[in-house]
Amino acid sequence: MDALLQDYLPVVIFIGVALFIGLALLISPFLLAFSKPDPEKLSAYECGFNAFDDARMKFDVRFYLVAILFIIFDLEVAFLFPWAITFGELGALGFWSMMVFLAVLTIGFIYEWRKGALDWD
Amino acid sequence: MMHFTLPMFGPILPELLVLAGALALLLLGAMRGEKAVGIIDMAAVVILLIAAVLVIFEPGTRTEAFSGSFVIDNFSRFMKGLVLIGSASAVVMSIDFFRAKHIRRFEFGILVLTSTAGMMVMVSARDLVMLYLGLELMSLSLYVIASIDRDNLRSTEAGLKYFVLGALSSGMLLYGASLIYGFTGTVTFAGVAEAVKQSAPIGLIFGLVFLFTGLAFKVSAVPFHMWTPDVYEGAPTPVTAFFSAAPKVAAIALFLRAALDAFPTIVPQWQQIIIFISIASMILGAFAAIGQRNIKRLMAYSSIGHVGYALIGLAAGTAQGVQGVLVYMAIYVAMTLGTFACILAMRRKSGMVEEIDQLAGLARTQPIVAMFFGALLFSLAGIPPLAGFFAKFYVFLAAIDAKLYALAVIGVVTSVVGAYYYLRIVKIMYMDEPADAFLPMPNGLRVILGVFGLFTILFFVYPSPLVAAAEAAAKSLF
Repeated sequence: MDALLQDYLPVVIFIGVALFIGLALLISPFLLAFSKPDPEKLSAYECGFNAFDDARMKFDVRFYLVAILFIIFDLEVAFLFPWAITFGELGALGFWSMMVFLAVLTIGFIYEWRKGALDWD
Repeated sequence: MMHFTLPMFGPILPELLVLAGALALLLLGAMRGEKAVGIIDMAAVVILLIAAVLVIFEPGTRTEAFSGSFVIDNFSRFMKGLVLIGSASAVVMSIDFFRAKHIRRFEFGILVLTSTAGMMVMVSARDLVMLYLGLELMSLSLYVIASIDRDNLRSTEAGLKYFVLGALSSGMLLYGASLIYGFTGTVTFAGVAEAVKQSAPIGLIFGLVFLFTGLAFKVSAVPFHMWTPDVYEGAPTPVTAFFSAAPKVAAIALFLRAALDAFPTIVPQWQQIIIFISIASMILGAFAAIGQRNIKRLMAYSSIGHVGYALIGLAAGTAQGVQGVLVYMAIYVAMTLGTFACILAMRRKSGMVEEIDQLAGLARTQPIVAMFFGALLFSLAGIPPLAGFFAKFYVFLAAIDAKLYALAVIGVVTSVVGAYYYLRIVKIMYMDEPADAFLPMPNGLRVILGVFGLFTILFFVYPSPLVAAAEAAAKSLF
């Protein structure tokens, strides 16, 4: 039980260090930095020209769909890399598990294609 | 070099069948489009029924698969049979409704299949990871099903509400599961039970409370019931019928197994939680339904109350109590599906109606439907000799044997209060001046109403098969 919790000690230390660095970087500018704002410094910066629109505008909902579909295949690749590295040791079970996984994803891909989720218009 | 042997797939054959069927039908739907919807609905029903036959005729011995995280025993067979029957009936009930509203989508049958696969995993889950896997597979499919009528504002609102609150409950459940893992160092129920036997630190109890909170959300027990009336009212009616039957059974099954399998030595610790949510659910179910004018909302509060009654059996914490819960859930599924078949028949030329007053004089326009509907309502109220009486009888008996007298007394009092709003519907059907007649009942609904109505009415003639099966199932948890 205690041995189990001790395994997590590095994580606690890591969180502590991350918290310290993060807070230090957030707080130190307020204490140390030279501050003299003017309207030009406070305005939004957009590649050298004046901002012509608010950043909080409405996006086409299709971006959302594309993002979701992207995540699925992104994750697929995230699974494929470790599988490919250890492939020699996984044997038949590892191979067929991944094939089943890919087949399920492919069926989903056919579905979204036929449903027209990939057409922009 | 590590060696991996192929796991045994025999025990999960019904789940594999349902999932493979869902994938094949999805491919068919993608290729043929909405033209295939009739075939897909039929195929979904057939797949669910085949899976039910496979489950029921599995050998009764206890089998563990995937290093003990998935278990087949009498309990899982009983609950999976119920889940599959509930899901298949819901698909049958949906066909005419969606056709009449012109919102037939082939995804409905497929999503019912995937959610049913999730429920079956939940029923058999014997570790925290498998539990979450099944729960999410079920929940994600249910969120989509709730908003299947996607051009209807109320249906999409129901789906969104269900999703947000369901995600919240999943988060709580995961937090509880992570605490339990942190304090015991294992995710299997057997390992947790072993660790709890030695010591139950306060952090573990904390995790247990969060786990139960997440599960109480899924069974819609008070005080985590807020989503139920809105989702039940907003979702299309066959979807409401589906929600109130199969997912409830699966969530109750998960509740029972998690409580009794993983925490058998600290019954007093979780018993007080169950007693509280049971009493609160029964009281809210009895009083909040009185003012309802919409029959789907009324059924939502009714289902909250029924979950409260079912949890009495778990509060008892004995094999007899579990047997009571199992009998209760079986009878509840029959009563609620039969009632929803009647609600789905409330259709005029101008469209569906959902107000209770529209049932006025049904006894004169459709006497047979009114007779069955009346019997189902009497049964929901728990009036002998109908099935609902026996359901309550077994859980109350278990509560009294476990010396939980207050719980049993409150249960009896709230079922008397609850009888008022069921009997009010009977009064409207039999004594008020007839409103315009409804359209004749579609055949699919007639079959469902006939089967579950007759089951409810004639249960007292030959109750022993169900009671014996529930007893055998309950024993496998102890």
